[in-house]
Amino acid sequence: SSRFGRYKRKQRPRHWSVLSTTWLLERHVVHHGECPNACSWNLSKLITDPGGYSGIGIPLKNKTESVTHSPLGHSTAASRERSRDRHKSRSKDSRSEKSVTINTPPAEPLLGDSSVRGEQVQDDNWGETTTAITGTSEHSLSQEDIVRITKDLEDSVGLNCRRYLTRILAVILGVLVLLTPLAFLVLPHLLWPDKLQKCGTACEGLYISIAFKLLILLLAVWGLFFRPPRASLPRVFAFRALLSVLVLLFVISYWLFYAVRILEAQDADYQGIVQYAVSLVDALLFIHYLAVVLLELRQLQPCFSVCVTRSTDGETRHYNLGQLSIQQAALAIIEHYYSDFPVHNPALLSASKSRAAKHLAGLKVYNVDGPGPGNNPAAGLAHSQSRAMIAAAARRRDTSHNELYYEEAEHERRVRKRKARLVVAVEEAFTHIKRMQEEEQKKSPGDVMDPREAAQAIFPSMARALQKYLRTTKQQHCHSMESIQQHLAFCITNNMTPKAFLESYLTPGPTLQYSRDRWLARQWTLISEASVTSGLRDGTVFLLKCVDFSLVIAAKKIPFVQMSEEYIDPKSHKFVLRLQSETSV
Amino acid sequence: MSFVPGQPVTAVVERIEIQKLSQGPNLVLGFCIGGGIDQDPGQNPFSDDKADKGIYVTRVSPGGPADVAGLKIGDKIMQVNGWDMTVVTHDQARKKLTKKNEHVVRLLVTRKTLEEAVKQSMSRPGPS
Repeated sequence: SSRFGRYKRKQRPRHWSVLSTTWLLERHVVHHGECPNACSWNLSKLITDPGGYSGIGIPLKNKTESVTHSPLGHSTAASRERSRDRHKSRSKDSRSEKSVTINTPPAEPLLGDSSVRGEQVQDDNWGETTTAITGTSEHSLSQEDIVRITKDLEDSVGLNCRRYLTRILAVILGVLVLLTPLAFLVLPHLLWPDKLQKCGTACEGLYISIAFKLLILLLAVWGLFFRPPRASLPRVFAFRALLSVLVLLFVISYWLFYAVRILEAQDADYQGIVQYAVSLVDALLFIHYLAVVLLELRQLQPCFSVCVTRSTDGETRHYNLGQLSIQQAALAIIEHYYSDFPVHNPALLSASKSRAAKHLAGLKVYNVDGPGPGNNPAAGLAHSQSRAMIAAAARRRDTSHNELYYEEAEHERRVRKRKARLVVAVEEAFTHIKRMQEEEQKKSPGDVMDPREAAQAIFPSMARALQKYLRTTKQQHCHSMESIQQHLAFCITNNMTPKAFLESYLTPGPTLQYSRDRWLARQWTLISEASVTSGLRDGTVFLLKCVDFSLVIAAKKIPFVQMSEEYIDPKSHKFVLRLQSETSV
Repeated sequence: MSFVPGQPVTAVVERIEIQKLSQGPNLVLGFCIGGGIDQDPGQNPFSDDKADKGIYVTRVSPGGPADVAGLKIGDKIMQVNGWDMTVVTHDQARKKLTKKNEHVVRLLVTRKTLEEAVKQSMSRPGPS
């Protein structure tokens, strides 16, 4: 009986999805207005025609066998809607600069529509972005950041090679530094063991202190310098270079002193040698403290308020940064960009572009008088042309503001209508799930329905409403069918309400929320007039250019606050009821 | 008439002697006072310096003892019978003026016209 029950349970979702598929295909046939006999031709057209009014990008290859034809006549309303949509999509294609790609299911965008221009994948490491400098006075030398040693590397060394090289150099320096005190202690025993004085408990105490200080130093160096890097910057970080040079000089000077005064003289006082090694370790700990202050603490206190604006749609955010160099500030801002800025949607800019094109498109300039003798004809022509165009545009009765107003009102109404339909469809779908769950509970208690199956079961019922809504708000390229189903399964697993499910589709979220190929922001170029290792200053402006847009960054200094103390009468700032009375005497 | 805190106050004063008139059980002087350190000096219409918290004469009843003695409206009272009136509360001033066992009050009052008169007389060449 259990086997029978299992078989029954598997059967139901498949049955439901088959039904829903046929329902959708029938409606699709209706909308095309074609003869149902040519349905198979329509289905193939569905996959390969990105610009036409296509239905949902269902993976039809495993569902075509369940198609049923039914002679449904098309209504005039449907044909009107169909022709309007066809006309709209055609004109949209003629105006947009998108390239058309054909995606394979299941990663197909919801419409099989044109996706936005494909990006070259730069590198696959999570969180890695490359910054290249195109300043005005840069040479082709590039220096690393993570390294603790200044070294000039040639351009031919690859990026990965550079990173590993700096890591290796850092490790070598660290090992050298940590082994030096041990070497100081061990060498006298190796070289002149018979001459050494025995030192008792004082030395042993010093041994213990050296051991623990070395352990602490090891942990501190590991904690501070061997964290997974967030990014690789092209220019060396001045403080790290300074610190590494300092450490190197320090260790070298200690070695020199040791070599000259102790090894050559073969000093017999072992306690002195041990104390010398202890002083070295102490000094290393202090240098590490200096490193913590210079590298970490100094840039924590906010000093500048930077205003970051996206050039295409004007999204602006303000951040507080400390005393950073320009490249570090750019790095911090890029990280903030991915988590704060809504994803860049080029489809939303097409309206303003078309308006801009229309402004001067209606004017044609004819030059009646020929080019004058003596002066440059081309320059004079261009100059007079532009002046004439500006004057004519100013005089022309421009009614484009009217169009804009009504277009926006119409769009708003359409969005609201589609949103209402979408909300109702999603709510119905979720109640259906709840009902199914309750039935399952009653039939066989303890069985939990797979959320993935449930998502696939109810997805077709709301897919059309969701697709129409995304199309109206021009977000259809941001969400693929697979991602929507995944999100639906996620919401069902966590017992979310339909409103929670819809939230990610109603408002554009931050760039990180979408999959990588929708980001449109993978390779950044830092453009700055000042040198990128110079610090931020009041009025610093630099650019972070991407292929589609650029971020304009302006820094302003947080004002200096001067507080002074002075005594005031405690009653002077409180409310006092004052009277003026008159008495007769 | 304004003063600087911490510096001695100098003013040209007039000595006025008022005989109290007994009206029934009370002794009246025939004028009203206003001001005091517990009052709002900004509302005083007679003072030049609106931070002056001294005692000012706000009304003089015509034909009363004060009028007869020569007290004018707007005078600032500096002393009453030797008691200082520049830094007193309104009630203290009233008490000093209405003592039951005194029948005469000797006031030192100052007004702006006094200062001007003194200045004029000093600038005029005196009889040698």
